[in-house]
Amino acid sequence: MSDALQVALPAPSLPLAAPTRSTKLQRVWRRWRNPIGLVGGAVILLTLLVAVCAPLIAPYEPSSQAHRRLLPPGAPYLMGTDELGRDTFSRIVFGARVSLQVGALAVAIALVLGTTLGLLGGFYGGRLDDVLMRVVDIMFAFPGLVLAIVIAGLLGPSRTNAMLAIGVVYAPAFARVVRGSVIAVMAEPYMESARVMGASDWLAIRRYILPNVMAPLIVMISVYLSQAILSEAALSFLGLGTQPPEPSWGGMLSAARAYMELSPWMAIFPGAAIMVVVLGFNFLGDGLRDVLDPRLQSF
Amino acid sequence: MGTYVLRRLLLLIPTLFGMSLFIFLMLRLLPGDVVDLMTAGQEQATDESKRKLREAFGLADPLPVQYVKWILGLLLRGDPGKSLRSGQPIGEALGQALPVTLELTLLAVLMATTVAIPLGVLSASHRDSGADFGGRVAGLIGLSIPSFWLATLTLLFTSVVFGWVPPVSWVPPTSDPLGNLEQMLLPAAALAVQLMAIEMRMTRTTMLEVLGQDYVRTARAKGANDRLVTYRHALRNALIPVISVIGFQIGTLMGGSAIIEVIFGLNGIGATLIQAIFNRDYPMVQAAALFLATVFVVINTSVDLLYGYLDPRIKHA
Repeated sequence: MSDALQVALPAPSLPLAAPTRSTKLQRVWRRWRNPIGLVGGAVILLTLLVAVCAPLIAPYEPSSQAHRRLLPPGAPYLMGTDELGRDTFSRIVFGARVSLQVGALAVAIALVLGTTLGLLGGFYGGRLDDVLMRVVDIMFAFPGLVLAIVIAGLLGPSRTNAMLAIGVVYAPAFARVVRGSVIAVMAEPYMESARVMGASDWLAIRRYILPNVMAPLIVMISVYLSQAILSEAALSFLGLGTQPPEPSWGGMLSAARAYMELSPWMAIFPGAAIMVVVLGFNFLGDGLRDVLDPRLQSF
Repeated sequence: MGTYVLRRLLLLIPTLFGMSLFIFLMLRLLPGDVVDLMTAGQEQATDESKRKLREAFGLADPLPVQYVKWILGLLLRGDPGKSLRSGQPIGEALGQALPVTLELTLLAVLMATTVAIPLGVLSASHRDSGADFGGRVAGLIGLSIPSFWLATLTLLFTSVVFGWVPPVSWVPPTSDPLGNLEQMLLPAAALAVQLMAIEMRMTRTTMLEVLGQDYVRTARAKGANDRLVTYRHALRNALIPVISVIGFQIGTLMGGSAIIEVIFGLNGIGATLIQAIFNRDYPMVQAAALFLATVFVVINTSVDLLYGYLDPRIKHA
């Protein structure tokens, strides 16, 4: 994952010399036309749609146990039924909500926490920076999933705690990237001139630093969303995340293990769902990197 | 160079202390308590007996005393304490678990590397061809497959198709190499897929970078054939960053193997850690987590140092 972290600063914005409306659009299209990225974006949009419209799409209540148990995929039950007689398809559809919600909130926690720490450290430097970076180094010294397992396990198994654990574990990565970008911007002549002209800290951060941090952050958000969704599934699989009867893909996969020989399809669909969404974010992240990162784009 | 190496090694000391403190504080400050868990559902557990239990476990001391006792025990006697649940010495428990995790990790790295590097080279040297595109997509798919799903599916496949399930109790490779391999091949493969994808992507990227360098063009201009340029001139340089990624991933894999160990019923470090967390077995969690983190940091530092050695362009002050 370390290659995801080494994102360079964004290219200078496109020259906008007297563009007519259509050529500007064409130019934007040319810049953003990236088959892998677009496929990823489409998958994410579709998943989002499924999550938002879950009650309309799911044919049954996800927790209703009114059906025959362990049915194979077939006519009324697209993906079969589980060991309690619940419709697997409906649970997969509602599981998209859990997955996206936990992923998004965990990354939001990491983003806010990491960006704040990185800005403070990079902008003010000195002792504060030293202390912050030591803490970040120490957190980086743990394999991510191990740390998430320990935190989530100690806080007690629940969806909120899994989310918190994942967010905290990913925060240092964001802090490092933001700090690096901030330090690079601080050395720019325009930054110096802004300071000489009396720009306040806040103005300098908002006007000059944040825009320069955006490109690497956007790529990171996409990549870490995929990681957060994988981690949530892993934690739920281990029983440390979303708790039954709530439909989470990791939890469903874990439950399926006991019935593997009776009804193998129970293990197939939740895992496939995780993979498709994670793949979507990875495709999107890859595409965004191609578009936003001139260093990699050049070869 | 000598002073740089020394400085990096000395820096390990405060980092390891920081990590131990971090783990310790996390365990003590986050809610949840081993005694409450052990006595849950027991009517006769009074506050008095709970207090005695805490004292016996050394959990009644003030936090700094507990920490110093733990660290001194580790440093002076090499003794991480005893499991609160089974009473087994933790050193012994981890000693039994380590070979399993180590073998799983090394096997996974071996599998991933032998497949990934040739594929990465192929993808880069046929840039933008169908094979390259296919390789990139396959790499992204490999990154996205949850290892625990893959592990479950392989188990499913072998048990349904062959009616065969890998044996549960670990056979050391020294006593029965074939039996050991039969048992470890599937879990290692499940673990290897993600690493394979990472290595392949990295090889492709660095190969592309190197193939665009002047010295590669020079070699071509001198009439060296493609094969020679690719393998002699480009690959050797392109592999340097890949090696560092592999090193970095060994530490991650040792932790990430936890979930695979649980699925295949292997008693490795990760599975031990997860079991200990469910039990609130503080000394065990502390020791296992610190162990994994130490391995991770030591490997990363060694990789950094190795990097300077492999790439003479990097000069450390």
